[in-house]
Amino acid sequence: MDIKDIIKPENKVYGRTPLLKDAILHYCPGCSHGVVHKIIAEVIEEMGIQDKTIGISPVGCSVFAYNYIDIDWQQAAHGRAPALATATKRLMPDKYVFTYQGDGDLASIGTAEIMHACNRGENIVVIFINNAIYGMTGGQMAPTTLLGQVTATTPYGRKAELNGYPLKITELIAQLEGTCYVTRQSVQNPGAVRKTKKAIQKAFENSMMKKGTSFVEVVSTCNSGWKIPPVQANKWMEDNMFPFYPLGDMKDR
Amino acid sequence: MAEKILMKGNEAIAYAAINCGCDGYFGYPITPQSEVMETLMKEKPWESTGMVVLQAESETASINMVYGGACCGKKVMTSSSSPGISLMCEGISYLAGSELPCLVVNVMRGGPGLGTIQPSQGDYFQATKGGGHGDYRTIVLAPASAQDMYDFVDLAFELAFKYRNPVMILGDGVIGQMMEKVELRPSKPRRTEAEIRELCSSWATIGKTADRPANTITSLALQADVQERFNIKLQKKYAEVEANEVRYSTYKCEDADHLIVAFGCMSRICENVVEIARENGIKLGILRPITLFPYPKDALNALVPQLKSIMSVELNAGQMVEDIKLVADGRVPVSFYGRQGGVVPSPEEIYDAFVKTIK
Ligand SMILES: Cc1ncc(C[n+]2csc(CCOP(=O)(O)OP(=O)(O)O)c2C)c(N)n1
Ligand code: SF4
Ligand SMILES: [Mg+2]
Repeated sequence: MDIKDIIKPENKVYGRTPLLKDAILHYCPGCSHGVVHKIIAEVIEEMGIQDKTIGISPVGCSVFAYNYIDIDWQQAAHGRAPALATATKRLMPDKYVFTYQGDGDLASIGTAEIMHACNRGENIVVIFINNAIYGMTGGQMAPTTLLGQVTATTPYGRKAELNGYPLKITELIAQLEGTCYVTRQSVQNPGAVRKTKKAIQKAFENSMMKKGTSFVEVVSTCNSGWKIPPVQANKWMEDNMFPFYPLGDMKDR
Repeated sequence: MAEKILMKGNEAIAYAAINCGCDGYFGYPITPQSEVMETLMKEKPWESTGMVVLQAESETASINMVYGGACCGKKVMTSSSSPGISLMCEGISYLAGSELPCLVVNVMRGGPGLGTIQPSQGDYFQATKGGGHGDYRTIVLAPASAQDMYDFVDLAFELAFKYRNPVMILGDGVIGQMMEKVELRPSKPRRTEAEIRELCSSWATIGKTADRPANTITSLALQADVQERFNIKLQKKYAEVEANEVRYSTYKCEDADHLIVAFGCMSRICENVVEIARENGIKLGILRPITLFPYPKDALNALVPQLKSIMSVELNAGQMVEDIKLVADGRVPVSFYGRQGGVVPSPEEIYDAFVKTIK
């Protein structure tokens, strides 16, 4: 059979959603950010809410999320995305408003903003990329960095005496009355991707039901920060991060 | 005749916001300006005009809520006092760097640090020279009465949207706390969604429709040349503001041999200094800058040839005096008199200081 007989519309099994712009991703090979972008773009497209969705990008590697998903974006100061989202949603309640934040952005410099936005029960979606490191600035310790994990600022491994403990912020968020849906997912294989997509879709749907904040953590890889190639990084994540950051729903109401 | 109501300067800010169609207020309590949010909460404008009022968890959150609201083409504002404004400076820099319209009210108190809750004008440098990082300017209006506090809210929003730039009302504890009669203005409705789309759809994040490319509000430019081009554009805008938006008033300057320059509450106290001087046969006048940026350089410059001396009177250690010296450029002696820490000088005290400078 000739290759031309195979490349036909009726044989197409996968296509890029038109909501993902035809731009070259700046993310490192193996990085989870790109996969999560794709999922968000697909959910927005499938829900038909491109004209009703406002994204808020953080400071971190995903600061440029606005280059990839074809919706209106606001770019927040480091950690402040939930404050922008609060005002945006309150001033335009008919819009779907989501923040996209890394672990340094959300769980360190922006701890106050995320806790209070979730506690007020803002009807927004939070996508939280936990890669246990500061990717953008060159692989320094994040609040989520595991004990023993080597980073640029913990060259001998994170020690509790010196650096305190890795912060399970999602567990804290789940305690807040204002949240309606809190879940921890991952994207290292097709099954995980499908689950994360379901979670993100549910989160977007919740945000129009005035139930409060929906919070989706995605345990992620940072190959450059961890200095581990993609396939081994997935394995490292499964072996080291999943035991400490177990996957699954923490709250759904 | 329009209705006049007795109110504090801070209350005037709140009533003016509701009256001029403000869409959202986000703030955090701090003396001496807490009456702004308290008045808004009491008035419940969300039930009348639909205005959103929210007590944020910090000034950092407040200014970033303002950023989010401004991104949506809404008329949004916050108010605070000096320590809170320091916390907001990162956000104000972002607002300027993203060319977003908004109103920030600073009812100044004494610093540095936690300082005092008493009135001050110690944030002149912060307000007019930057405050946050980078080459940016905020348009700064200096009210001298509760009426100014009321009127400047609408004016601030006009200017903010005209130039897509943050505007600051730089009041002080005297103006914020003082009760005066305020004449209410005809009310403006909040802008409709259609009006916002008409006015702001080329930049605001109000939902990407098929008829336009997606809008992104960001202050990020990784390439040096891109950032430089943007900064040059900003500077052009500020030059336009300097050319078009200078506001000031004068008092008995026509025949003046000597000039006091003072803004805000000090310009009013200095009117009495002028009376004392004139009773003593000294021809003294006042130049009151109403906009601190843009500064009324030309008005001051035009007075210099007739003057024997200039004195800057401020509630700080001498900040605006530097701008006066730049204009005077050595042609006439420039002196300074100020009190700090919340001490407000009497007209007699200022007169005595003035007389010493001309002997
Ligand atoms: C106020 C401020 N402090 C510090 C920085 C520098 N900075 C940029 S990104 C970043 C860390 C981001 O890490 P994370 O949120 O985990 O995102 P990732 O890159 O890992 O996706 C820091 C500290 C900044 N831009 N602004
Ligand atoms: S540094 Fe890490 S988080 Fe950033 S793009 Fe590379 S892999 Fe992704
Ligand atoms: Mg990270």
